[in-house]
Amino acid sequence: MLTDRVLTGILRSGALLSALIMLLILCFLLLESWPALTGLPVAGFLTDPSWHPLESAYNLMPMLSATLLASIGAITLAVPLGIASALFIVFFAPSHLASLYKRLIELLAGIPSVVFGFWGLTVLVPLISEWQPPGASLLAAVLVLTLMILPMIAITAYTALAAVPDELLQNAAALGLSRWGTIAGVVLPAARAGITAGIILAAARALGETMAVLMVAGNVVQHPESLFDPVRTLAANIALEMAYAMGDHRSVLFVSGLLLMLLVMALSAMAGLLEKHRHV
Amino acid sequence: MVKIIIFSLTNRFGVVAAVIAFCGLVWAVPAVANAGSQRLVLTGSSTVAPLINEIARRFEAKFPDVRIDVQTGGSSRGINDVRKRIADIGMVSRALKPDESDLLAFTIALDGISLIVHADNPVTGLNRRQVAGIFTGDLSHWRAVGGPDARITVVNKAEGRSTLELFLDYLQLKNSAIKPHVIIGDNAQGIKTVTGNRNAIGYVSIGAAEYEVQRGAPLRLLALDGVEASVENVREGIFSLSRPLNLVTAGEPQGLTREFILFAQSPQVHDLIEAQYFVPVDAN
Repeated sequence: MLTDRVLTGILRSGALLSALIMLLILCFLLLESWPALTGLPVAGFLTDPSWHPLESAYNLMPMLSATLLASIGAITLAVPLGIASALFIVFFAPSHLASLYKRLIELLAGIPSVVFGFWGLTVLVPLISEWQPPGASLLAAVLVLTLMILPMIAITAYTALAAVPDELLQNAAALGLSRWGTIAGVVLPAARAGITAGIILAAARALGETMAVLMVAGNVVQHPESLFDPVRTLAANIALEMAYAMGDHRSVLFVSGLLLMLLVMALSAMAGLLEKHRHV
Repeated sequence: MVKIIIFSLTNRFGVVAAVIAFCGLVWAVPAVANAGSQRLVLTGSSTVAPLINEIARRFEAKFPDVRIDVQTGGSSRGINDVRKRIADIGMVSRALKPDESDLLAFTIALDGISLIVHADNPVTGLNRRQVAGIFTGDLSHWRAVGGPDARITVVNKAEGRSTLELFLDYLQLKNSAIKPHVIIGDNAQGIKTVTGNRNAIGYVSIGAAEYEVQRGAPLRLLALDGVEASVENVREGIFSLSRPLNLVTAGEPQGLTREFILFAQSPQVHDLIEAQYFVPVDAN
């Protein structure tokens, strides 16, 4: 009885602490960005001619568009590949190959982002630059991000596919559906919510990814006109300038952090809603 | 302690208690770390920090009860931290600006900034007008300065870095006038970018660039206004794109701070300065 209460207490305080830290981070972001939110015209974040903090120009929009475009690009590439990998593991591969392939994907998920960035900078960027200089570009960022979120999508999709009840598969077999008919008509609809939740989490990771993107994206603040234009994402901007920023500049960087956090929170909320939907 | 928190959680003041306990934990840790032997904190330029690390190690070996803490974050942070008294000494890789006259600077070494290109690029030197043309986008092809028929990839530094400041100051330009294709953070990233792109031009610390060239990186340092970019020419004072590496204090240095600055300016550390490809200066 007493152990029960002590355990409950420990768990509660643990949970409270995590929630508190999250809240503290949010408060801290708000506090640090307050001088910029109140002292600078907020419209300036949308309408200033450029991002040149030392000349008091704080347009965040090019970086927002770059962040969204890089994430959308990566999602577009990684979703079909990730779902295909998961389907391959669950339905098509012979079992020894399936387990090997799954290990490989898990390994890919464990590679630190800075390693991806380094590979991108020394291999991918020179390759693209031979074709379309300068090489460091939106395309490079999209490709590196794709590699990083692909395993995440594949693993969550695999889990969702594996969780499809056996009765459904047996019924489909009893109806004489082909393998592809079973997958398209029965398995994917049944696993849809789980797969979507995984995609949204992967999107959140792509939005916030910093080091790898910083190394390959070229970091020029502009609205990209093509895939080969260099761009700077919000997260990369913070990493690039935070250590060197003072006063308003520093404060605006916290505003961009706040913006990024709101984006990710909206995505997580969406994932949460979907999860709920699945259990109903 | 733990029990108190757990049981207090069951009443309404539990949250408050937990917050206080948490904050107490956060404040207590640095206080404990501060106690004990004599401690010196230096923050600032990432160009100066590796050198100061070496000097600090030698200083600690000489005075065993001294602990020196070196943190990077750029010259601006060095200035900021010294003003706020968070750091005893700031590391600043440029001369002080007029609005920083409240601080004192002690030069320990000189560093030059060199324009770098890929080793396959036949261009060997540029003048100030050509450099300005390239970085503002007026000259977009290497052919315009005697190179191959290829578009120039301009590599610039992120705002706030002292290398960028010195470079803009040399060209008499604002950063918004520069039309870069790639923006980089530190020297290493700049060197990696230029070695990976045979049409790129960037600028980094001469020391760092010479070091990479000796290690076989496909890199060339460009002569500027007819003067070769080398440590030798920085020492002679004839290379125009150079800067002092300073230790900065708020007010006349006292005690341990003074000892350390004198040590860093003394001939005892010239070998360390040269090992980092910087140029030692005489204190007087």
